[in-house]
Amino acid sequence: MPPDIEAVAEQVFVALADPSRRAILAALASGGPATATDLAGRLPITRQAIAKHLALLAEAGLVAAAPGERRRVRYRLRPAPMRVAQQFLAALARDWDRQLDALMDHLDKNETDGGRS
Amino acid sequence: MAFPDRIERTVEIAHPPAKVWTALTTAEGLSAWFGQQAQIDLRPGGSAEMKWDSGDTASMRVERVEEPAVFGFTWHIYGLPDDDPRRTYVEFTLAPAGAGTRLTVVESGFAQLPADAYRAAYDGNTRGWASELGELVGYLDAA
Repeated sequence: MPPDIEAVAEQVFVALADPSRRAILAALASGGPATATDLAGRLPITRQAIAKHLALLAEAGLVAAAPGERRRVRYRLRPAPMRVAQQFLAALARDWDRQLDALMDHLDKNETDGGRS
Repeated sequence: MAFPDRIERTVEIAHPPAKVWTALTTAEGLSAWFGQQAQIDLRPGGSAEMKWDSGDTASMRVERVEEPAVFGFTWHIYGLPDDDPRRTYVEFTLAPAGAGTRLTVVESGFAQLPADAYRAAYDGNTRGWASELGELVGYLDAA
């Protein structure tokens, strides 16, 4: 049995629904691996709150902790779950309605042109 | 939340299947309504490509060609990195409906999940690097 794809996507969307967690993920995406202390220096979030969010994100598999001394643990983004969420978004973003309208417009236009010539 | 695996649309078109077929399966047809430029090698296994002025491109692999009833291709899942192996399958089915055509498009495969494969590839890479770096250190130590 494959792992539950819906559960994976849901964890991503739950993580992204919180502005602090969004800021943490964005900081890791743009700046690379960082410790909770690094992040607290860059974001308007307390170190304790960051540590709590990082623990939650690590449990959801969205970040991974590199082994290190306490307080020196560096967190990095784990992109695999994001790609699962992207699949979900890809299905929502696929615009067959507009595409099929364009197809029908094209066929109708061709008809008119053909009639004229 | 329901993860959508499949998108399906049916439209009635006031043109015969042969004409719709041409719009779906020729470079000239595709570039008129789908991409802004298109090329296609219309045979199973053939490749097709569409380009847009935005710089976006889509590479397709033709899978089914049953003129003038079924045209199927696979393509990359939009938004995923280029090296991602996952693809969705798009199939157009054309059925005569009076003087026109009933066209159905089904795109499926959004919910495929090789997350395990990812994890394996990722872990495999990590292990690979660790052992390669170990070998490098061993080599340097020995020198």
